[in-house]
Amino acid sequence: MINYRVLKKLVAAALVGGFVITAQAGPEEDRQAFVDSYKWKFPNVPMEEYVNGVYAIDKVGRENWEAIEEFPPYEIFIDEGLTMWEKPFANGKSYKDCFPEGPGIAHKYPHWDKQQGMVMTLPLALNQCLEANGEKPLKYKKGPINNILSYIAFESRGQVTNLEIPQDDPRAMEAYEEGKKFYFTRRGQLNFSCATCHLQNTGMQVRTEILSPSVGHTTHWPVYRSKWGTVGTLHRRFSGCNNNIRAKALEAQGEQYRNLEYFLTSLSNGLELNGPGARK
Amino acid sequence: MTKHKKSLASAAGTLALLTSALLVIPTLSAAEGTGNIDKGKAIAFGRTQGNCVTCHMMDDGESPGNLGPPLIAMKARYPDKAKLRAQIWDPTAANPESAMVPFGIYKVLTEQEIDYLVDYIWSL
Repeated sequence: MINYRVLKKLVAAALVGGFVITAQAGPEEDRQAFVDSYKWKFPNVPMEEYVNGVYAIDKVGRENWEAIEEFPPYEIFIDEGLTMWEKPFANGKSYKDCFPEGPGIAHKYPHWDKQQGMVMTLPLALNQCLEANGEKPLKYKKGPINNILSYIAFESRGQVTNLEIPQDDPRAMEAYEEGKKFYFTRRGQLNFSCATCHLQNTGMQVRTEILSPSVGHTTHWPVYRSKWGTVGTLHRRFSGCNNNIRAKALEAQGEQYRNLEYFLTSLSNGLELNGPGARK
Repeated sequence: MTKHKKSLASAAGTLALLTSALLVIPTLSAAEGTGNIDKGKAIAFGRTQGNCVTCHMMDDGESPGNLGPPLIAMKARYPDKAKLRAQIWDPTAANPESAMVPFGIYKVLTEQEIDYLVDYIWSL
């Protein structure tokens, strides 16, 4: 189902609203090309607004969202997360021992883990902490992982996304390129790539939904989604997106989604973290 | 005279037959066409089928999207009905960057469903 003809064309010379991404471009050039494309479409939206996702460009939706944010639906999850953070494991240790820099650490993820040779995300690091201490790992899409993630996100508010791809391990750039390739690859029976909706057609409507820009996509997770009736992870959203286009959802925290998160997060470099978020 | 009358009557009869035939045949085919158009509309609006309203303003579709162009004046835009069918079958053939679903090549709809759909879309 993957349309390689289109992929080749897009990755080699993606036309981004008149701006061109070349295959040789580095992450910063990629980010700038995305930003230029959105600025061309939405000249009056200031950069710092992009952390608000679709509400940066959807006036009507924004009013409803601001009303929701008056009494944030994710608050109880933050409280539950604080309890998890404080509660000792069976061996007497706690999350604090794994993350001595404190709970405000979301801006440090994802990052390249040279030792393990993989993109390390925050949910993965949390589970490695649990397993190292003889605890059962948490599920990656639904449930309590969202509590601890909500607390960490809240404590990380105001930190700035600054994903740096290390130069001393070529596998890091490969992971970025894999994520970028995923983003531009059409998939599923409906033949959409991430770029189809979130780059080429940002601001357009499917039914009443306005398609959001990818710059800012990663700043506010986990998200309380009214459709879910609870808080869910970024990778749960990836799966939902893949299901919508009738593609097989991939494994949450599997290599492909982690690499996608690596690429996507790089697009938000310079933007403040503002999680947890609320969406309809 | 009688003979003449007879031939007149028979001519009138033939004319009546011809007229009714002319009237009946188009009526029949129009009825069949409307049936296909109705079937096509159901496919176009079905959320698990064409789901066209998600991206196109069309007919009486409620809350349409605007990712694709409004579907109006389709006979003027596609004088050749086969080209409209080809566009629905595989939009990436004409434009590799098209965001439209390739309903035929990816088997989202069957050949028969696409025929009905084309009848309907072409009527808009």
